[in-house]
Amino acid sequence: MFYPQAHPWSEGDTLAQHLQRRGVSRRDFLAFCGNLAVVLGLGELAGPKVARALQKMRRPSVIWLQLQECTGCVESVLRSADPTIGDLVLDLVSLDYSHALMAAAGDSVERALEQARTENAGKFLLVVTGSVPLADGGIYTMVGGKTAKAVLEETAKGAAAIISVGACAHWGSIQAAKPNPTGARGVGEIIKDKPLVNIAGCPPIADVVTATVVHYLTFGRLPAADAQGRPLFAYGARIHDQCPRRANYDAGQFVETFDDAAARSGWCLYKVGCKGPATFSPCPIFQWNDTTSWPIGAGHPCLGCTEVNFFDTMTPFYGRLPNVAGFGVESRVDLIGAALAVGAAGGVAAHALATGVQQMRERRRARELPVVESPPAGPPPPAGGS
Amino acid sequence: MAATKVVVDPITRIEGHLRIEAQAEGGKITNAWASSTQFRGIEIIMQGRDPRDAWAFTQRICGVCTVVHAVASCRAVEDALDIRIPPNANSIRNLIHGMQFVHDHVMHFYHLHALDWVDVVSATKADPAATAKLAQAISPWPNNSATWFKSVKDRVTKFIAGGQLGIFTNGYWGHPAYKLPPEANLLAVAHYLEALDWQRDVVKVHTIFGGKNPHPNFLVGGMACAINLDDTGTINTERLTTVADLIRKAQVFVEQVYWPDLLAIAGFYKDWGAIGGGVKNYLAVGEIPDSDIRDPQSYYFPRGIILGNDLSRVVPYDEKLVKEYIHSSWYEYSKGDDAGLHPYEGETKAKYSGPAPPWTYLQGLDKYTWMKAPRYEGRPMQVGPLARVLVAYASGHKDTQELAKEVLDRLQVPSTVLFSTLGRTAARGMETVLIARRMNVWYDQLVQRIRNGDVATFAGDKWEPDSWPKQCQGYGPLDAPRGALGHWVQIDNGKIARYQCVVPSTWNCSPRDKEGQMGPYEASLVDNHPLLKPEQPLEILRTIHSFDPCMACGVHVLDAAGGVITEVRVQ
Repeated sequence: MFYPQAHPWSEGDTLAQHLQRRGVSRRDFLAFCGNLAVVLGLGELAGPKVARALQKMRRPSVIWLQLQECTGCVESVLRSADPTIGDLVLDLVSLDYSHALMAAAGDSVERALEQARTENAGKFLLVVTGSVPLADGGIYTMVGGKTAKAVLEETAKGAAAIISVGACAHWGSIQAAKPNPTGARGVGEIIKDKPLVNIAGCPPIADVVTATVVHYLTFGRLPAADAQGRPLFAYGARIHDQCPRRANYDAGQFVETFDDAAARSGWCLYKVGCKGPATFSPCPIFQWNDTTSWPIGAGHPCLGCTEVNFFDTMTPFYGRLPNVAGFGVESRVDLIGAALAVGAAGGVAAHALATGVQQMRERRRARELPVVESPPAGPPPPAGGS
Repeated sequence: MAATKVVVDPITRIEGHLRIEAQAEGGKITNAWASSTQFRGIEIIMQGRDPRDAWAFTQRICGVCTVVHAVASCRAVEDALDIRIPPNANSIRNLIHGMQFVHDHVMHFYHLHALDWVDVVSATKADPAATAKLAQAISPWPNNSATWFKSVKDRVTKFIAGGQLGIFTNGYWGHPAYKLPPEANLLAVAHYLEALDWQRDVVKVHTIFGGKNPHPNFLVGGMACAINLDDTGTINTERLTTVADLIRKAQVFVEQVYWPDLLAIAGFYKDWGAIGGGVKNYLAVGEIPDSDIRDPQSYYFPRGIILGNDLSRVVPYDEKLVKEYIHSSWYEYSKGDDAGLHPYEGETKAKYSGPAPPWTYLQGLDKYTWMKAPRYEGRPMQVGPLARVLVAYASGHKDTQELAKEVLDRLQVPSTVLFSTLGRTAARGMETVLIARRMNVWYDQLVQRIRNGDVATFAGDKWEPDSWPKQCQGYGPLDAPRGALGHWVQIDNGKIARYQCVVPSTWNCSPRDKEGQMGPYEASLVDNHPLLKPEQPLEILRTIHSFDPCMACGVHVLDAAGGVITEVRVQ
């Protein structure tokens, strides 16, 4: 349920009011400011000035732009459990512009956007969902009569940092799948002079987005990221390495077709198309919707949606990994099933190739694959399903 | 007195990018144009793909109605390949789709629509004790206490006093069209916050069966979530019990919060029962099949068409009579701009002819939107909750008739008020109540079959492409929360050759056709429609939000035929 006072720095409180309610006296606060002024090299006399500045601190401004997209990422963030979206919007930040939630419309919200950009110039956090269509002068997504690119550039100018949420903002996603008819690009391809993280996924898990916002507010910087700009706290591990069905993979226990006896035993989905071996994502660790489940947990192979170009590199979705587009060069790994079944020594190399795929080469942090000396032959699936 | 030109862009609290232009004179709207301002071009992207992948592509059309395009796609492909899904898969899809309806409609009411009727600033003047008295008079909801309302009031008061208004910045607070007393406003604001928590919970039905929300996973031929009561990684008793609990939570909130709030608020806005009717034809393809989708007799909400607000007759629906027109849209057809094409012959060639950005006005231009104009036998059609409720009512659907009577009696209004902005909003609540109650039936059907030993969730005999005919086509009908939807697919040598969707927001947001007939948004805005202050277009938002626009859906007509898109020139 909803706890009104869970995050007490709220409702436009200044820092001073907030500290007072938390039991920090004004005397302590002024002493702290004096020390801070000394530490900052301003001299003790600057203490009151620092105090005045800090007292005026308000909830940080967040501007959220929705460009070429399906609103799935906004919906996802609305499912955030901790902090809840209510606490986030009312207590932690000042959400000064949001297409999905603003009360007003048209000119009134255009003015609100302009006001937020001006008042918080250089300080606001910019969240973007959706890609930026560049073809034909950008007319494929227009907001308030302006192109998405113009709105993004005008807004990014004053942003302190950018959180680019979802596959569309990351690299263009479905719009950028071949042949990318609207010239869709990711935010990071347009805005190159600002700190930016990509919260990958179609959509990303809500808590990754809110945790990134909280990280920024708490530590004053964006979280460390991988080569694709994805925060390591969420995208630092490969699904295949964290998957509860990994033991079935290692044992050669595979679902051969949906709803077979193996599927009814929760075995590995690799042969029906799982892209977990090529996908870095927090799904198995964070899980979805307040840790309720996740795609593989509900019996469907991973689509690989946190990776760049997933619609092209990960399709056909039900094709086995080395055979899907983008991975064809490593045709030798096609032998994996047979190799595992006979327990041949060659299976080790095949395993490494199949699980490594191309993406591994790009990742410094990728873990070494466990070496299975002699992969056991898969036992036959249990008879009967239930 | 000269007409005032009005532009509302962006329309907020919707999915996607919508621009409304209007002309107003003497406090009334005299003309209106609805422009969809986003195009994503998925049509070409679909070409040559595996039809079993199609659901995942079409699902990305919309992340709000995140279920409907995936299921419609599965139905279309299953129709083309003559696949009959197991009854368990149908029940699971029904539970997912049913929860989509309930979740979507409640969120629409509180988070997308309520601020058109509810003045947040006025809530700070409410007496919490009086609010609790009001709330307890209409509902047994246990949170309706003075303590709770006081905490919400305090929170909102401090929020506003802090000067950082966030999403409430520049809202039309104090606008004379807001009619609720402060206590009713506080009640609605409190439930706005509670609904935010509620929606996070009940959507977990999608996560249990589909692995995540938004964009849960589906499967051509059934569902991927295998059932085994004796395994940890499958649908077992623990998972089923959770689903039952989530259904109960959904039902309680709908019956004790949403529905009483809706009726209470509607009581203050009865005049909106004579505003914004617009197009008088209503189309429902029907939804939620107890058995196979090919058997419309098994649908909970029946299929049919109402013409000219005449509830004495329900006209049968035939998908062959749907055609799309581009007279006012930024596309071109090989047969010329005045042609109408059935989806199996559909074309999508973008041809932008609007002004170079930034725009000032689009009104008066021959072409002004990315939305095509679907017509049924040449007629524009309203789709959505009101269409479903009217078709069900006129078809003698007992549940609908009883609930409609209850609403009309409570509000003491005649049935003609249904043809209005208020009617669309009330109908959405009605069908939410009915679907929430119906969830028990689908759940019980599933459990009963499992009890009888049937655990099948997937029909795999036509999974491999070598079992498919060389050429085939299929139609996937689905009545989505926002209205009638259809997917049409043509498969050639195992690959998608053509894919077309005609979706709810294309029907409702369609522009003028060559006969000059307005689409439903436009027609509603010029039907006895007030606009007191053009600079604060609150009334426009009321009527447009009563349709629950979902723009990304409307502009994704998928057409894989042709392959080459003509050059787009920007003038």
